[in-house]
Amino acid sequence: MATGAAAWFPFARAAAIGWMPVASCPMPLAPRDNSKKQDELIMLNVSGRRFQTWRTTLDRYPDTLLGSSEKDFFYNEETKEYFFDRDPDVFRSILNFYRTGKLHYPRHECISSYDEELTFFGIIPEIIGDCCYEEYKDRKRESLERLQDDQEENKDAKLPNMNIRQTMWRAFEYPHTSTMALVFYYVTGFFIAVSVITNVIETVPCGATPHRKDMPCGERYTVAFFCMDTACVMIFTVEYLLRLFAAPSRYRFMRSVMSIIDVVAILPYYIGLVMTNNEDVSGAFVTLRVFRVFRIFKFSRHSQGLRILGYTLKSCASELGFLLFSLTMAIIIFATVMFYAEKGSSSTKFTSIPASFWYTIVTMTTLGYGDMVPKTIAGKIFGSICSLSGVLVIALPVPVIVSNFSRIYHQNQRADKRRAQKVLKTRLTRIRIAKSGSANAFLQSKRNGLLNELLELTGTRELEQRLIRSTSVLESQHHHLLRCLEKTTAHEFVDEHVFEQNCLESTLQSYPSHSSSLSSQDSDTFCCCGRRSGTRNPLPHSRDSVAPVSPLGPLQELSALHIQSSQLSLHPSSRSNLNLRAEDSIRINCKGGRVTTAIISLPSPPSLREGHHHHHGPPQRRATPSIQTTTSSTPTSIIKVSAL
Amino acid sequence: MKSRSQEQSLSDSRELDRSHDPLTGSVIDEGELFTVSYRPEGLDRLVQQTNFSKKELQILYRGFKNECPNGVVNEETFKSIYSQFFPQGDSSTYAHFLFDAFDSQNNGAVNFEDFVISLSIILRGSTADKLAWAFNLYDINKDGCITREEMTDIVTSIYDMMGKYTYPCINDSDAKEHVDNFFRKMDQNKDGVVTIDEFLESCQKDENIIQSMMMFDNVI
Repeated sequence: MATGAAAWFPFARAAAIGWMPVASCPMPLAPRDNSKKQDELIMLNVSGRRFQTWRTTLDRYPDTLLGSSEKDFFYNEETKEYFFDRDPDVFRSILNFYRTGKLHYPRHECISSYDEELTFFGIIPEIIGDCCYEEYKDRKRESLERLQDDQEENKDAKLPNMNIRQTMWRAFEYPHTSTMALVFYYVTGFFIAVSVITNVIETVPCGATPHRKDMPCGERYTVAFFCMDTACVMIFTVEYLLRLFAAPSRYRFMRSVMSIIDVVAILPYYIGLVMTNNEDVSGAFVTLRVFRVFRIFKFSRHSQGLRILGYTLKSCASELGFLLFSLTMAIIIFATVMFYAEKGSSSTKFTSIPASFWYTIVTMTTLGYGDMVPKTIAGKIFGSICSLSGVLVIALPVPVIVSNFSRIYHQNQRADKRRAQKVLKTRLTRIRIAKSGSANAFLQSKRNGLLNELLELTGTRELEQRLIRSTSVLESQHHHLLRCLEKTTAHEFVDEHVFEQNCLESTLQSYPSHSSSLSSQDSDTFCCCGRRSGTRNPLPHSRDSVAPVSPLGPLQELSALHIQSSQLSLHPSSRSNLNLRAEDSIRINCKGGRVTTAIISLPSPPSLREGHHHHHGPPQRRATPSIQTTTSSTPTSIIKVSAL
Repeated sequence: MKSRSQEQSLSDSRELDRSHDPLTGSVIDEGELFTVSYRPEGLDRLVQQTNFSKKELQILYRGFKNECPNGVVNEETFKSIYSQFFPQGDSSTYAHFLFDAFDSQNNGAVNFEDFVISLSIILRGSTADKLAWAFNLYDINKDGCITREEMTDIVTSIYDMMGKYTYPCINDSDAKEHVDNFFRKMDQNKDGVVTIDEFLESCQKDENIIQSMMMFDNVI
């Protein structure tokens, strides 16, 4: 119940009047609000700037520094104010959180200083309002990545105990780390360049010799070129094999784009080696040589910009697809129109619609080679329309692609939406946990509340005070309200596990006559619990059920006392009676299968027992001692009560 | 000519993103809140009308205005506020009945005066006044008598607030039993409805109810 709804809490309590005539049993007493002083102004002095607010404003969030007693550490007796030696600008947003219930992140603040202030004042950043949350998360991610970049630079430092494989992989991925890696890097780069240039020069016609006509250099100096090619391919093969060996995950490496490019670059050579004998596939062999140009893509390992370009094209796939689609539509339309327009004229080049495609493309991209021109007037008109529209169709998607590229270039490999989705999910999970936390807090305090009543009977003032102070006044009032609701409906809140257990065991009930009477009796005594009747409140979770082998799966903290069914009389679950029973026989009594199992789940620490032994001798009214020995207590409640 | 074409293109774009309904011609502008600001009557008049002191009214108003800066609570806000106090169950139906009880002018909005006058009855009124207010809450159609259906609705809504995880498990007959008990106690002439006089009489005879009515007196 964290938000400013605390202001409406008195109204909610007052509205509980509506339950009263409907309820059939009396309500528990309201917790005393001992701190019933008038609402006072608190002065907060933050590095000289003074803020003032009501005490109740700060009390709205008791789990923060300002809302709890932690601020007493900062109280200045002489000036009667709370002094904090922190940033007053950020404190403004923090104080506004108390006032309005919404935490805002001021955009001009540095993210780490803001985080520090939040941590100091005990506020979790997840409750930043939706208006500022995106911005906050973005900035947080940026600073984290900046930190990571710094760390990554240190990651290049050689770790001890790296085997050959890891060293090699590190050398391949981060060439600047060692001189060997740098040498390797430059050598491969050089050979890629050499290989590409060789491919190019191979086709240039060398000078004509007298007895031969012009032929490309490749055919003239076949051997030289062949040797060059072999050398390059050998280097590339060696490089590929080394990378394959050093890769931490070979399968993943083989699937990566770069390795595919490597393979495509060197494969034609080997295929050519294998196929030189066969003459009729030499045509195909020549075609394969085309693939050698893919070696130029190996440069992308050496150039960051090339990688970004590739990434951009990949991410702009939809825009590119749209561009292609609209172009195709336009081409088909205009080609058809031009064909039919030019059909009439003689010796026209527009022999068919596919033949007109060439004209349309050349015109729309404003190339205008002039090898095909319309001759008829209609053709010329449609031709001009075609060229005008071509400009528009191409110009439209291009800015989108350009902006994409610039965005990606500036972001530079940020894992974006997927991480945001994960963050959103964790944020919602955290909010959900906080919400269920309030429900669990009630169940928790219920168990403690019974201990409170226990202590009240002993009459030890200080213990009671200490216990009451462990929960804030607001929380105790809220729990009292929920208890009134329970009393009105004669049901009580339980948590999921207990609920499932109940449902499980209620289906196992096979002795309807006896046990149902018991359970109704049980509920009667539970329902009409009255302080004036003198009987103690029965244990909240006690119930009767028939289970031959009670599977106490999730309820590890329960222990079972098996009680003879015949002995259960008037108040089967009153504490004092169970106490006597427990003293009599804490062992399994199975009489011919008619076993009723009372499961008690009152956690209470052994220290309580000692306390009572000191204060009171006769254990009849308290009914604390022996039962609790057999119960194992939940750790959280121990922490609360062990303050005794 | 130019303005008309501009308007046409504007409405075309609105049509594209569905914020313009070409059939009715109305512009559905999302994000535009209908803000009504409301100021309560003077503090002194409220002190006279209610049983609260000036300081108490100040505290109440500060809290009220904080949650509803425009001075009125509508039903949605009411429900969401109330649901924060009862996280386990569904308190919207009961909040709806409460809202109707608070909204004395039946205009769908509770302003500060309604709020404070009702609170004054609940917290500072006599027992008879409180019981009368409770009767008004139960009487959903405000016709002066509580029928079995109305009571069943009320009791079901209270049970809804408990949620699913309760011990013992809530089944449908629980509410019905509860209503039967209630009518058995309250309906003296056994005519199937409970009038205000029967209600007051029966409640004043019941010690538990009288005592619990006084429990929340020191809330403010």
